[in-house]
Amino acid sequence: MSDVLLEFSNVTMQFGGVTALSEVTIDVHRGEILGLIGPNGAGKTTCFNVITGVYSPTSGGVLFDGKDITKLKRFQITRSGIARTFQNIRLFSQMTALENVMVGADTHKSSSVPGALLRTKHQRHEEKESRDRAMELLTFMGIADRYDSAARNLPYGYQRRLEIARALATDPQLLCLDEPAAGFNPAEKQELNELILKIRAKGYTVLLIEHDMSVVMNVSDRVVVLDFGRKIAEGLPAQVQINPDVVAAYLGVPDAS
Amino acid sequence: MSSLLSVFTKFKVFFLDTFGGLSEKWYSLTKNQRYSAWGLVIVAVYLAPWWPKLPVIGWIVNTPGTNFESVLTDQVLIYVMVALGLNVVVGLAGLLDLGYVGFYAVGAYVTAVMTSQHWNLPWLVALPVAVIVSMLFGLVLGTPTLRLRGDYLAIVTLGFGEIIRLSAKNLEWLGASRGISKIKHPPSFGPIKFGVLDAKPYYFLALTFVLIVMFFLHRLENSRVGRAWTAVREDEDAAELMGVNTYKFKLWAFAIGAGVGGLAGAQYAGKVSFISPDNFPLQLSILFLACVVLGGSGNMYGAIVGGVMVAWLPERFRNFTDKRVLVFGIALVLVMVFRPEGLLPRRVGAERRKSKAIDEIGASS
Amino acid sequence: MPDWLVIRTFWDLTVTGLAFGSIYSLIALGYTLVYGVLRLINFAHSEIFMVGTFGALIASTQVLQIPMLESGNYPYRTGFTLILFLLVILISAMLISGLGAVALERVAYRPLRGNGEPFGAIVLAFLTAFVLSLLFVNNTKINLVIALVFTAPISVGYLRIFRKGRQAPRLAFLISAIGASTAIAEAVAIWGPKGREQYQTPRILEKKTLFNLFGTDVRIDYVIVVAGALLMMISLTLFVNKTRLGRGVRAVAQDAETARILGVNVDLVILVTFALGGVMAGGAAMLFTLVYDQSRFNIGFVLGVKGFTAAVLGGIGNLKGALLGGFILGLVENYGSAIFGGQWKDVIAFMVLLIVLMFRPTGLLGESLARARV
Repeated sequence: MSDVLLEFSNVTMQFGGVTALSEVTIDVHRGEILGLIGPNGAGKTTCFNVITGVYSPTSGGVLFDGKDITKLKRFQITRSGIARTFQNIRLFSQMTALENVMVGADTHKSSSVPGALLRTKHQRHEEKESRDRAMELLTFMGIADRYDSAARNLPYGYQRRLEIARALATDPQLLCLDEPAAGFNPAEKQELNELILKIRAKGYTVLLIEHDMSVVMNVSDRVVVLDFGRKIAEGLPAQVQINPDVVAAYLGVPDAS
Repeated sequence: MSSLLSVFTKFKVFFLDTFGGLSEKWYSLTKNQRYSAWGLVIVAVYLAPWWPKLPVIGWIVNTPGTNFESVLTDQVLIYVMVALGLNVVVGLAGLLDLGYVGFYAVGAYVTAVMTSQHWNLPWLVALPVAVIVSMLFGLVLGTPTLRLRGDYLAIVTLGFGEIIRLSAKNLEWLGASRGISKIKHPPSFGPIKFGVLDAKPYYFLALTFVLIVMFFLHRLENSRVGRAWTAVREDEDAAELMGVNTYKFKLWAFAIGAGVGGLAGAQYAGKVSFISPDNFPLQLSILFLACVVLGGSGNMYGAIVGGVMVAWLPERFRNFTDKRVLVFGIALVLVMVFRPEGLLPRRVGAERRKSKAIDEIGASS
Repeated sequence: MPDWLVIRTFWDLTVTGLAFGSIYSLIALGYTLVYGVLRLINFAHSEIFMVGTFGALIASTQVLQIPMLESGNYPYRTGFTLILFLLVILISAMLISGLGAVALERVAYRPLRGNGEPFGAIVLAFLTAFVLSLLFVNNTKINLVIALVFTAPISVGYLRIFRKGRQAPRLAFLISAIGASTAIAEAVAIWGPKGREQYQTPRILEKKTLFNLFGTDVRIDYVIVVAGALLMMISLTLFVNKTRLGRGVRAVAQDAETARILGVNVDLVILVTFALGGVMAGGAAMLFTLVYDQSRFNIGFVLGVKGFTAAVLGGIGNLKGALLGGFILGLVENYGSAIFGGQWKDVIAFMVLLIVLMFRPTGLLGESLARARV
């Protein structure tokens, strides 16, 4: 079992005249928390979209656990072990919190219409499994008290955590979090940090897009920096923070005069 | 003016209170009490042909000018069955199907062909074949088209419905414009005779089928399949990324919807004994869709209510005969303007148990 | 069949196919405009077209007082008079269809967008009162009186209970459109000048052959239809691309919220969109009566389906697509009829649509009024 879980190799992503990603290479190691940062429009979410199969890369490849996933359908990629959350929350608003997570848990289930119609033993067993796993995850994320509420009625913090619970329910090896701290106050951000560490402690690998430095720098083992679709820096949080290219990317270069 | 407004508000409150309160009361019953309640309701519905004989309810329910039992069988239950099937496609999976009459027609024509036109088989044999063939048509239609986005699916399904009708009209093999007659009735057994005059046996049979379909649909809804459909309807892309094989489940929705439509068609053919392409116009697809949306799409009981309303109301109000269709059109607009989620909207989880009326009253006071 | 006969038939079919197709194109424009801007299938557009044909009828018989005469004795006009009469009929049809479309939007769609306003409330109140009065008596004059009496109070109530700011689900729009479509057609059937009968429009254009193309006689009315459709398409495209209001239309089609923030009067844009669609339908209606000399309360339905098919075929939301889709549909119908027989015409048209959509899911020219949303 190789140390590198995800090999994002030399990926270029072009949309018509726009180059969103240009020869980006990122290696995600098993069990690590990798932060992906960069100014707005740098291409971070595009990376997620390429990894999860929303986009097909113009060139370059993505290997997950040694296997090429660029030709797989999206749900197959999820089944292979990659799960994600979304920058703007995309919960199933008309389902309860529990049902949302159960959809994730259903990923690896095999029973379908005949099983449901006949309520076979197998189907009933799988239903119970999904339900139990979903409750477990809701409890783990600290939102089990609202398990029966419609997702659209949940407070913002709960919704964000619900998305993570749903992603975890698909039993991934790699969890991709897209700006999970957006809209949080400092206390909530602290809780989120602890949560991400707890998740990693359970054995998941985490790829994290975040703007908030107090989250990314405190939680990541390593950090990759993108700017205008290119990787401009990579390394330990402390190193990256003082990297002049990174600083320039965020703050701009001072005028020569 | 303000007194009129307060009348409005009082009426709205009363309406919401009654309906909202119902669901609250329902969930406060124990499981055994619920089963008994269901039992009572089912018995009462089986006795529907005799409702016009009751005092007050009889007057409300009866259809002057037409035979009440015929209305129940030929229209109400057919529409209810169809609404149940279409609800799976449109309400649960969120697929815009404007050609559902096609599956209905397939069911009817398969029955007709097998019992009258080309073979001489009994209706009971034709029935499962009709359902299976309809499902196959659903698969055949769905396979290439379910990759299309919602609104395109609408026109394609509309075209499909028309293709079925026009094929029936132009193919000698299917009776062409003349149609097919002498379709066999369901088999009579014991005291229950399926003849020409008495609609009651057909009613009991149709009602039984409706209950069976409801039972199985309920199982589907509360399973992984139902969740997958809702997820697809809510946000298909997110569903896919959460591991749902959206294509497969959309096909299933189509096939099941088609099968139920075919079942309705087979029953219809078995009762009226004569069908022709004119029985399956595009307008019927639209009417079917109206049943689902009017009643509350995504909600099985809403679909039933919608089916009942669309089938029964025009008959109940036959006294403005020439303007019935006009009134129907206006009513559709009015309901959509003021209650677009339908008469019995879908409630989720805890909402079902709490009375929404209480919230709404609080909000508007 | 001898070769020259086949070729002659081919050009015959082509010419008539393009002529009929033009009418489909114009109807398609209405669907495509509204869809492009609002993502809404305006199911009632077909009735807007039908109402336009009645506008043409009323203009020719009532306003212009053209007598309805029999074949061989048509009240032909020529030269300047002809052009003037045709213009009057055209403008009447466009006016009625345009106004109808705007009214339709305010009554059946706007309240569902959470934007209900007085005109819609009044009309809905009137209709409610009318329908309720029918429960008691079925006499149009009495119903009208009762309805008028109760319209005011009910409309005030409606304005209060309109759901401001809350958008109804997409299906609700469709059903509302269907209801409106049904109601308009029935209203014309019940109270219109000809009831449910087919009626003739007086023929003032002598359908001479204008010229000969590859052995086919090209009639003047065909030429007018195709030319008229092209002209209207060009004007519409110019409007959308060159004028400020047209830019607003394109902006709202791409992103309504941003357009609103940037100061575009979204309500005006929507009004203009519907009005333009209606005007195009009115043009189609006038050309339709020119070629067919007849109409009926329920022609909207069939032509609406064809128009919508044409719009999807060309790429819904795409103006040029509507034109292309209409022409192709007209041609396919003709060729299909010739090869397989007239009764299969519609089946072939739908099959073609299905095949096109399978290979180009967003229609032949794709969606371009706004970027395609996946």
